[in-house]
Amino acid sequence: MDSPDAPSSEHVKPREVPYCGFCSLPPEYCEFGPTLDKCKQWLSKNDKVLYAILYNTLDDQLAAASLNETPEDDKKKAKEAAKIEKQMQKKMQSKVLIKRIERTKRKCVTSVFGLENFDVDLKKAAKLFANKFACGSSVTKNNQGNDEIVVQGDVSDEIFDLILEHWPIVPEDNIDLIEDKKKGK
Amino acid sequence: MESDWTREQPRTYSCKELGPWGLFNIKEDVTGHTQVKSSVQRAIRAKILEQYKEGIEGIIDDVMPKKAPLILMKCHEHINLIVMNNEVLFFNHFDGPYFPTLKLLHKYPNMLPRLQVDRGAIKFVMAGANIMCPGLTSKGARMDVSVPADAVVAITAEGKNEILAVGTTKMSTDDIKRINKNIGVETAHYLNDYLWKTVVDI
Ligand SMILES: [Zn+2]
Repeated sequence: MDSPDAPSSEHVKPREVPYCGFCSLPPEYCEFGPTLDKCKQWLSKNDKVLYAILYNTLDDQLAAASLNETPEDDKKKAKEAAKIEKQMQKKMQSKVLIKRIERTKRKCVTSVFGLENFDVDLKKAAKLFANKFACGSSVTKNNQGNDEIVVQGDVSDEIFDLILEHWPIVPEDNIDLIEDKKKGK
Repeated sequence: MESDWTREQPRTYSCKELGPWGLFNIKEDVTGHTQVKSSVQRAIRAKILEQYKEGIEGIIDDVMPKKAPLILMKCHEHINLIVMNNEVLFFNHFDGPYFPTLKLLHKYPNMLPRLQVDRGAIKFVMAGANIMCPGLTSKGARMDVSVPADAVVAITAEGKNEILAVGTTKMSTDDIKRINKNIGVETAHYLNDYLWKTVVDI
């Protein structure tokens, strides 16, 4: 009765399934999503082994399968792909600024700007920062009328790490750390 | 109200039971979330244990740590999401059976019995279609387990390692083979639906 993968009383470790960094599917399913080209680009950069496994053999099958697809399917796919790509491009160009602003010689605040470009709920982010650093944190409008999060204290590096950990969609390269020192210190 | 989303669904989609994941939007469709009392948490845990028995006994403490707070998110169409550590673990409809999410199933694929559809069915399933019997009995399909009707099953696919969807059998696997027409498995949650894309951040 016992099959080899029958659940046993032994501790079962969770499997770690890698997901596509572009479309979020398990990479083997990217071929059924609308952004295959971009997914392939991502995988070829990030997991060469899996890329070789998935696409060296798969290309022939795809060529055969696409013969069965109607031009309408293709058009719809292309349109959807273009839309998603446009959104992604916008996202990938958006910057998150973490700014250390000196208020007095010893006191400073940290402002975080641009998280909303990555669909982060700013109020929740502010709450998270407040909890993590046990300090005041709030969403305020800046001079340009855009929302930013202001955290009491110098926590730039911690926020940098926290953003990477908590919102992996934000690329590390898009986060800029800047210091705004008082003039004539 | 209803015609709004039925219009958008592919013709093959007939599952209204679990609501329109196709248009589900965490920002608009979640009507509220609460951290449940520990007695409620115990009851939910007991129900999930009761439902999946051997499939989950060994892992329940990892999946739902006793000390972690359990968040119940209520959505439109009477769908409830069970959330822990910002991860949706299970969902159900009214007080119906709990379905594990695909992200949880990818971690613990042995939780549910698995049926395999042929490659041709993948794109329909990923468009929200229910699974017709022939998709489970053709050459590329596999049904190595025997499952009664109304069971929660995981759907894998020909040539793929990862689980593609989760749903409920509309007839037993024996009947799927014997009758070989109509809906075999009603799809509740599939790769790339809105639940899949949902990121919870409380
Ligand atoms: Zn992809």
